[in-house]
Order: sequence, then C-alpha cells, then structure tokens
Amino acid sequence: MSDLNLGDHISHRFNEELESIRSKVMTMGGLVEKQVQDGLTALIDNNRELAELVAASDVKVNGLEVEIDEECTRILAKRQPTASDLRLVVSIIKTITDLERIGDEAEKLGRYTLSLNDQGLRSRHYSQLQHLGDHVTRMLRDSLNSFAHMDAEAALHTIASDKKINAEFESISRNLITHMMEDPREIANALRVTWCARALERIGDHSKNICEYVVFFVKGKDVRHVTLNEAAESVDIDISGDAAEAIEDGDK
Amino acid sequence: MAEKPDMHQALGETVGDIFVDNPKMSTRNTNVFYGEKQAIHNVSLDFGKNSVVALIGPSGCGKSTFLRCLNRMNDTIPICRVEGDLKLDDEDIYAKDMDPVLLRARVGMVFQKPNPFPKSIYDNVAYGARLHGLARTRAELDEIVVSSLQRAGLFEEVKDRLQSPGTGLSGGQQQRLCIARTIAVSPEVILMDEPASALDPIATAIIEELIDELRSKYTIAIVTHSMQQAARVSQRTAYFHMGRLVEVGETNQIFTNPQHELTENYITGRFG
Repeated sequence: MSDLNLGDHISHRFNEELESIRSKVMTMGGLVEKQVQDGLTALIDNNRELAELVAASDVKVNGLEVEIDEECTRILAKRQPTASDLRLVVSIIKTITDLERIGDEAEKLGRYTLSLNDQGLRSRHYSQLQHLGDHVTRMLRDSLNSFAHMDAEAALHTIASDKKINAEFESISRNLITHMMEDPREIANALRVTWCARALERIGDHSKNICEYVVFFVKGKDVRHVTLNEAAESVDIDISGDAAEAIEDGDK
Repeated sequence: MAEKPDMHQALGETVGDIFVDNPKMSTRNTNVFYGEKQAIHNVSLDFGKNSVVALIGPSGCGKSTFLRCLNRMNDTIPICRVEGDLKLDDEDIYAKDMDPVLLRARVGMVFQKPNPFPKSIYDNVAYGARLHGLARTRAELDEIVVSSLQRAGLFEEVKDRLQSPGTGLSGGQQQRLCIARTIAVSPEVILMDEPASALDPIATAIIEELIDELRSKYTIAIVTHSMQQAARVSQRTAYFHMGRLVEVGETNQIFTNPQHELTENYITGRFG
C-alpha cells in the first residue's frame, strides 16, 4: 500500500523536484545495499579483491548524500513545503544521513576483511557472521522497501526485527569473549570479528531509523525513543507476528 | 492519505477542536446568505483571548464573509442575512439593542488596502477617539494618538510630521497608520482582512511582528492568502472551503500534519 502522492501539485516543477530527490534516495539505497552485500561476501569468502572495492566504494554514496542535501535545501528555500511535503523532505534529509552511515559501516567490513587477510587469518566464527549478516541485509532491504512504498505498517514490522539482530550480536559477542578467554592467541582475530559483528549490528540500527522516518512521513508521528508497542498504538497500526514478540520483550 | 476522511465526507463536520477555554468571541451554527445564495454553512468557532486565529482557504471560500460577520460589517450589504449565535464575551452581537457602531469600536477591523482618511496623520488616529468621545482634553487626545502610533510601531517614523497627510506615507506605513487608528479606540478584538497582501516583504515582516506584539493585548482574527504568513503569526488556523469550516487546529499541527485531505491539498498546493 503506497501513501505517496507526490504528483498532484499545481506546480509541475515542484512535482519533479520531489520526485527527483525521492528517486535519488532510492538510488542511494540501492548502492548502499549492494555495498553491504559485497562487504559481507568479501568477509565470508575472504575475497580480497571485493574487499578492496567495498573499502573504496563510498565515493558515489557520499556524492549522492551531498547532492540530495542540496536539493532538499533548495526545496525548503524555494517551495516552503508544508504538511506531507514537509514531512517528506525532512524524512529524506534524515534518511540519507543514515544511508551514508550504513555505507561507512559497509566500508569498515571491507577494511576489516583486508586486515584479517593481511595477517593470513581466517576465523571459524564466520558462519555466525553470515547468519547475522543475512538478517541485517534483509532488514536493510525491508526498510528500503518500506521507504519506496512509504508503507508505515511494513516499517513497523521491520523495526521489530532489530530486536533479533541485537540479540544475535550479543550472542556472538559472548561467544567470542569465551574464545578469547580460552585461547588468548585468538584475541586479535576475535576482536576483528567482533568489530565486524558490531558494524552489522549498527547497520540494523540505521535501518530501524529509516523505518522510523517512514512512519513519521506517513503518519506525522515521531516514533523514535518509544517502545514498539507505544509506536504501534500512537499510529493506530496493528502489528502481529514478529512484532508481537518484540513487544513482549519491551523492545525500545 | 489513507486514514484521512474521504472526499465525500469533505464538506461535513469540522475536523479539529472548535472550542477554546474562556473564549473572547464565539460563533455557533453561523449561516450567511447573500439573497438566495448561502455563503457560509453552519460555522462554529471560538476565538481565544490573546491569541491569533488565521482564517485560510481558496478565494470565495467564505473566510472574509465570516470575518465580516464578527463586527457586523455585513450589515452594510442589504441582501446579506446572518443567522446563528455570535457572541462577544457572552453578549449577542446581533441583538436588537447592540449598536453596530459601538460594536465596531470593540471589534476593530484592518483592511487589505490601507485606507487612511484624507486627513493628517494625527487626525486619522484621533478620528475614532473623537467620535466616541474617549478624550476630554486635548492632552488626553494627544496621549491616545501618541500611544496608538507607538503601539503600531509607527511613532518614531512620523513624530516630526504628525500634521502631514496620512496618504503621503508609504504603503506599509499607511497600513500601520490604519492599525493605529483601529487601536486608538481601545478595541478588544482586531479583525484583519489580508492586512499585508499589498505590502513588500519588509513592510510585511514589520506588520507581522506588530501582530505578534498586539496579541498580548487583543484577540486577533486574520484572513490571509499567504500560508506562510498564517503559519508565522497565528496560534490556531481555520481552513475554509466552499463556505464550510473544514478543519481547525493548532497552527503547528495544521502545517505539519493536517487531518483533512482538503486542508492538506490546499496548504501543499495540490489540486483539490
């Protein structure tokens, strides 16, 4: 279900301007998603070439961030948007910051892979990372989809999945700590794997933020810093399944 | 937006809270007819003390007609008929014993085009005070003229030429002169019908600043075509469409998250 209604302005140019920033955000989202996937693949497959590519690939993303920011500033100055138009521009300004940071985290995956590779290390914790990475990439994709369709309900469901990612990250951390205690020679390696897991977990957090901006755009309600339950109630959306589990845990 | 009222509900009941605590003016079920044609349908709205209510809407939506009901300016139009309860401090302003001239001293009005009398600056401001016998001595009249010009933010610019004609001032100054003339008779409510639409941005900013200052003393209702102006100067905003009050709410809410589709379409510049 789409709540987007950008094309009905009396001013055609305004329609085009809003459509332009929106489609650029989608492009940026696509680039970032690819970057995260490549970062993960490079890490798991110990693919040096791909890791180098990822580590140096955020130039485009950064460029888009600046470009979209400038366009938003121009729209604010020239059009003085109100109501849903204003919420769209504000959501986009915030979304691109999170996308850019997701790009940074992906870049880190590339760099950690290179440094693990430099030392000829290969961790046995990769399978756990693969699992976490799959969850995170799915969450990122879901959040970008909810943005593309401006679907508040999908966004809330996606927010709920952050809880699982956080739990998985905690479990990996505990696991790695145990390994470090058992075998201090593993510490350097285990730390790098922890950092990778941390980067993935952060990507989950940024994806969650993007979903919160989607809810803000569609419903006009700020659902940051409240429990999922409160968020769902304030925007009058019934969430079940995954979301309900997170509610029981009192997830923030 | 999906959760917003349907278009066919569009012209039904007003969305939002028409009430305020302790209103200065209140209207209930106001209907206005020009001959056979009904221009205002069942509008109920409160005006709070020390606050600015902006009335917005497309041309012909009835916002000016409604504003003019509030001090019986529509009485001057023979075919115009007003129905409903319209009250100023619980007094029925359409009661038989209500003198419209006295009412208009209590509920003053500022128009779109500055309309100073072809008299001196001093006499423009003194006119109402003389008419209503508000000053017993020349000194008292001087005091009223000076303080009104000061409150209208015009005194410093005209203090050396109070005897020059009011029509010799710039547009923005003339409008402030008209505001000074309005407040010289100590009104309780000030109605403004697009007070800045004929002014440049600087003069507009000065008038808007003035409105914000006047709010501490008066109840203000302003009709404006400039959405940004409504957003800047008012605490509550009322959106009119085809003679009906579609939505009213806190200005902050109306401009960020209006509840009615028609309001949304209007303030975002969409085809309704």
